[in-house]
Amino acid sequence: MQNNVTPDETETFEPKIIAFCCHYCAFAAADLAGTMRLQYPPNIHIIRLPCTGKVDALYLLKAFEEGADGVMVAGCEEGSCHFTNGNLRAKKRVHHVRDQLEQTGIEGERLEMFNLSSAMGSRFAEIAHLMTDRIRKLGPLFGNESAN
Amino acid sequence: MIVADQKPINEILGMLERYDKVLFVGCQTCVAVCMAGGEKETGVLASLVRLARQKAGQPIEIDEAAIQRQCEEEFIEPLEADGYQAILSLGCGVGVNKLADHFGIPVLPGLNTGFMGHIEEHGVWAETCAGCGDCVLHRTGGICPVVRCAKSLMNGPCGGYTDDGLCESGTGAPCAWIAIYKRLKELGLLESMTETSPPKDWSKDRFSGPRTRVREDVRL
Ligand code: SF4
Ligand code: SF4
Repeated sequence: MQNNVTPDETETFEPKIIAFCCHYCAFAAADLAGTMRLQYPPNIHIIRLPCTGKVDALYLLKAFEEGADGVMVAGCEEGSCHFTNGNLRAKKRVHHVRDQLEQTGIEGERLEMFNLSSAMGSRFAEIAHLMTDRIRKLGPLFGNESAN
Repeated sequence: MIVADQKPINEILGMLERYDKVLFVGCQTCVAVCMAGGEKETGVLASLVRLARQKAGQPIEIDEAAIQRQCEEEFIEPLEADGYQAILSLGCGVGVNKLADHFGIPVLPGLNTGFMGHIEEHGVWAETCAGCGDCVLHRTGGICPVVRCAKSLMNGPCGGYTDDGLCESGTGAPCAWIAIYKRLKELGLLESMTETSPPKDWSKDRFSGPRTRVREDVRL
């Protein structure tokens, strides 16, 4: 406090990340991560969906509009979706929204889709770290416009 | 239905550049079914534009509305546009025209209106009728030669089709006249292929100027 060294902003910024997780795999994996007492950043705010096939462009965009700096969609592994191909549909929607965000000048990396099984508690924690680090590096979604 | 597509987001952002309070109006009929300008697409586009403008440091206030049909005055009437600098319509071109007639503020098109068509499969739409004003489908087994033949031939085929029955235009589309031949054969109506169609009355097509239809018996 007393010294004049400004801490690197990217290290102090705590991003808000919304994670849309499917009930059968990603949410169960997040639950398992907790049961396994694995540490993962508190930046991840989980919204449980019955299936990532429920993901809609509007959910993703509204999450950003309402203050998320990053959004992730996490579903079952490809080929093992509880509802056959909901995760493949989600993938297409996520890609579409990423493209649109990029065209408007917002980094596409702020939005990502992951696939994992319900047994992958440690992978969930890893993804949580990965997304938090990535968004922390990118900085807040808004608030640094003058620097652009 | 009328099939349209959303304009590229950058074109839309360009049109909106000078405004900071805009009303987005979707249409709940054709363009909702073809997933271009219904209530949901209006919400998605508004969200994207708000994010883009916020990111650019020039926030914009957008309200969203969706009316049943932008091509009918009775649905436009209840819409309030006071206080907005402009309207972005996600209706087809007809809707944009109608809103522009109605409101004394600029009305911008959010869509590129394409064609009259049908749903081929979820997410795929195809043109089926060009509204030529003088339908010939009774002679062609219900397959439109105006739209589906690259040359709009009335007495096809032209002879240029490929060995595998594709149109010589290179679009990859099947030759319409081969399709017509097969359909007429199935229907047992092949003899109509031997009849030469008289010259078509193109004066009823849109190239003769804007068309109006009047039915005196139902006018109020
Ligand atoms: S012949 Fe004319 S009216 Fe009939 S389907 Fe073709 S374009 Fe439409
Ligand atoms: S190949 Fe068939 S569809 Fe193509 S222009 Fe000739 S007649 Fe028309």
